Amino acid sequence: MNNFDTIVIGGGLIGASVAYGLSRSGQRVAMFDEGDNAIRAARGNFGLIWVQGKGVNSPAYAAWTRKSAQQWPDFSKELTELTGIDLAFEQNGGFDFCLNNDEYTSRQALMEKMAADSSGEFSFEMLNNHELKKILPEVGPSVTGASFSKLDGHINPLLLLKALHKAFKQLGGMVLSEAVVDLNYADKTFKVNTNSQTHESGKVVLAAGFSNKTLAPKVGLSVPVYPQRGEILVTEKIKPFLRHPTGLVRQTHEGGLMLGDSHEDVGFDEGTNMNEIQQIAKRAIAIFPCLENVKMIRAWGSLRVLTKDGLPIYDHSNSCPGAYAFSSHSGVTLSTVHALDIASCIARDDLLPSSLTCFSAKRFDV
Amino acid sequence: MFRSINNNQGELITIYFEGRALNVPKDHNVATALLEAGISSFRQTALNNESRGPYCMMGVCFDCLININGLDNQQSCTIQVSDGMKIRRQVINTSGKNE
Amino acid sequence: MNSTEYDIIIIGAGPAGMSAAALADHHKASVLILDENCAPGGQIYRAIEKNQKGDNEWLGQSHQEGLPLVEAFRRSRVNYQHSTKVWHLSSAKVVHYSVNGKSHSAQGKQILVATGAQERPFPLLGWTLNGVMSAGAAQILLKESGVVCEDAVFVGTGPLLYLIAHQYISAGIPIKAIIDTTPRGNYLRALRYSFGALKNAKSILQGWCWKREIIKSGTLYISNIGDVRINGSDSVASVEYCQKGKWKNLNCKHVFLHQGVAPELNTSLSAGCDKSWNERQACWTIDVDQYGQSSVEGISVAGDASSIAGGVAAAQRGSIAALNMLYTLNLISSSDREALSKPFKKKLSKEMNARPFIDALFKPHLRYRVPQDSRTIVCRCEEVTLAQIKESINVGCKGPSQLKSFTRCGMGPCQGRLCGLSVTEILTKELGVREEQVGYYNIRPPIKPVTLAELASLDGS
Ligand SMILES: Cc1cc2nc3c(=O)[nH]c(=O)nc-3n(C[C@H](O)[C@H](O)[C@H](O)COP(=O)(O)OP(=O)(O)OC[C@H]3O[C@@H](n4cnc5c(N)ncnc54)[C@H](O)[C@@H]3O)c2cc1C
Ligand code: FES
Repeated sequence: MNNFDTIVIGGGLIGASVAYGLSRSGQRVAMFDEGDNAIRAARGNFGLIWVQGKGVNSPAYAAWTRKSAQQWPDFSKELTELTGIDLAFEQNGGFDFCLNNDEYTSRQALMEKMAADSSGEFSFEMLNNHELKKILPEVGPSVTGASFSKLDGHINPLLLLKALHKAFKQLGGMVLSEAVVDLNYADKTFKVNTNSQTHESGKVVLAAGFSNKTLAPKVGLSVPVYPQRGEILVTEKIKPFLRHPTGLVRQTHEGGLMLGDSHEDVGFDEGTNMNEIQQIAKRAIAIFPCLENVKMIRAWGSLRVLTKDGLPIYDHSNSCPGAYAFSSHSGVTLSTVHALDIASCIARDDLLPSSLTCFSAKRFDV
Repeated sequence: MFRSINNNQGELITIYFEGRALNVPKDHNVATALLEAGISSFRQTALNNESRGPYCMMGVCFDCLININGLDNQQSCTIQVSDGMKIRRQVINTSGKNE
Repeated sequence: MNSTEYDIIIIGAGPAGMSAAALADHHKASVLILDENCAPGGQIYRAIEKNQKGDNEWLGQSHQEGLPLVEAFRRSRVNYQHSTKVWHLSSAKVVHYSVNGKSHSAQGKQILVATGAQERPFPLLGWTLNGVMSAGAAQILLKESGVVCEDAVFVGTGPLLYLIAHQYISAGIPIKAIIDTTPRGNYLRALRYSFGALKNAKSILQGWCWKREIIKSGTLYISNIGDVRINGSDSVASVEYCQKGKWKNLNCKHVFLHQGVAPELNTSLSAGCDKSWNERQACWTIDVDQYGQSSVEGISVAGDASSIAGGVAAAQRGSIAALNMLYTLNLISSSDREALSKPFKKKLSKEMNARPFIDALFKPHLRYRVPQDSRTIVCRCEEVTLAQIKESINVGCKGPSQLKSFTRCGMGPCQGRLCGLSVTEILTKELGVREEQVGYYNIRPPIKPVTLAELASLDGS
């Protein structure tokens, strides 16, 4: 007999969301979570629930993102009721700033396309500096304007991760703090090996970030992902001044600011780049001049799990039925669809829904 | 009570704490000047509204943060007083933000 | 990024940094030395030039020993930047620092981290109340501004606690009480090392003298206690201590805490230097070879910043590190390095003889390093209690990084300096593993908080 119905490999935002969702559906689940210092995107996360601009060239991704964002209010309530953890969830719309006219017109075109592709489900507003100042009086003169989408929101990503772990355990899930080194499939059973033990299950979910790349082939899947570094700056606590999340700055529940939107291809280097940090600081001051005297207390580079086309991977194995692999760099935004939609599908032993077939990694086999 | 052991404190300047004028030696840092004036609560913590004041006096603990000339989060043990400086207790209350 | 280049960049102008700077200058190296304070001297010789003039006998003999050091340093031609905050040190030996709100960068061929020590955290119930300060703070107020506090209660252990109390008594400032938390068993444990210590009897005797004079002065001296806590709502109302199973109350308005010092780790760790747990001193120390060279090529660490050995040892270790850097820079030969470092090594070894004895005698009790009462605040910045840490451990937290994400412990502006050691030891105890397995926070830049304007103003990029 198998110890578990499903083993989830990876305890980051994706793994923990799916694992929580599975135990919520009554499955016996074990989740493997690496030690304290694993490269883990969840910790470097910005905490945005972000819809605008997502899936401009992929209406399916845009719809999937929207669905998740729409489910967030109920999901947040559910997690808080279960765990007593206030996730600092807020969904009152987000702004993305434009610092010149070109940016403004191309942003507008982009948003119009998203709205047109969404059969009326996505709406946005463009605001010029004057209109913007009525809502965000601290905005500086060098801001041309901003796009606004009311589905955008934010959350404390660390508390979300903690709540998912706690809820999962409360529902009987088991967390195994060890790295998975090998995986195989025989007689309808998956064997998952760490350096010290072996566990068996009928299904396995690969949600191990970059390790998916090496684990996936063992169960007839492929997950071609690469790391992209994003730099994040965190400041000391200041008086609440920004109620809305924005693409560059967000004020957390505790009062600190998170700043950042840099993208660099640097391989597996979690370090920080002084030039990038300086650019982020400059942009932040350009948008909100009042931040000039606010101190940065931490900066870090965190690695996003990216595919060539920037879209996620949702796959199931044909040769090893019961094996699934997921990779995405929007673990916060998509947490609800992972916990609710994906998990219930796995719990029913179903294949992934047809709306997700376009996200199979087979799209890269050309 | 904090007090000076020197009879002659040298040149004095005037700073203001919550509008109250204080004559303090011009070499003092802000934290020392306030402590000597009997002020021990410099700020309220952002999360639990606890009262805090200087702890280490060497720029390490950040408990001496205070509002100086309108700017929050000034590390008062590392900043020298200057004539006319306006100091206020710092209150950054963020805990109610999402309620 | 175009930045000014120096043979040697030194961070910290205490005895280690000053000695290294003066010696390196003497051998024709170009030296930049950066320090946060407004005058040279570091912690031990803080404001020494200012106090030289007045009638300040209470500062004691050892304070005056620093004068020649500072004078030699002042005579050298090094580029000394005071009131300067170093906020980034990269493994590529680039230093970022800010003066008067503007940032600069400099490239060193060799780097010396001489950032000294800071007081250990003393996480007692009530240690965040107004009126509770560290004993080091009391000393800084005295040395730098001539400000004292009457009728305070001193709590803790360690030579520095006696030194400060002694300075107070010599200056005629009444102390309400000294509550000595030195564990009784330490005296026996220390005896084992007394033979080595006798080779440096002076430093041991001095501690005894201070203590004897404190007791002789009639100050209430309380020892052999089982526990201590501080009461009050916003400010201190009293200190309570447990003696022979009974809690006793001592009304007071001011408390000074101290239980030893530990290396300033953030600078070295952020540059990637390796560290090890030092069981004898119950803290992390930076791994260095006999010359102070760390695991990162071209970065040396000297003085209390690598491991605690006191001001005299710091000056020797600074000189030895300087000679090694000079040798690496081809400014002196290897035989010069050996010959010139001999007198420093000799003096250093004399200092080190007394160390095991001092370390054993003043090692703070585990109960004061790992708080007992779950209401105790461990992380002062983010207001995280022991209870919250334990809850996270129950949810599966295995180390400081995870604890940070679960509770924000260590995420505030002090950057873990006032909770890091406690967190390592709490996790070690709760998880039943070794300190090395638990580790420490991942230290990331900046080393010190820095404004966005300062970041944006970085020159040359
Ligand atoms: C509060 C306190 C008081 C002490 N008082 C005494 C005493 O009276 N007598 C005694 O024998 N020992 C005392 N000690 C112990 C003593 O500090 C050390 O043994 C000795 O000073 C070590 O010398 P050092 O050169 O290694 O470091 P230090 O003397 O500590 O010098 C380090 C210098 O580095 C600077 N620095 C640190 N970080 C940065 C940065 N990021 N940017 C710029 N500058 C930086 C600091 O401002 C400091 O000036 C005290 C320790 C402390 C913490
Ligand atoms: S009192 Fe500790 S930083 Fe000022």
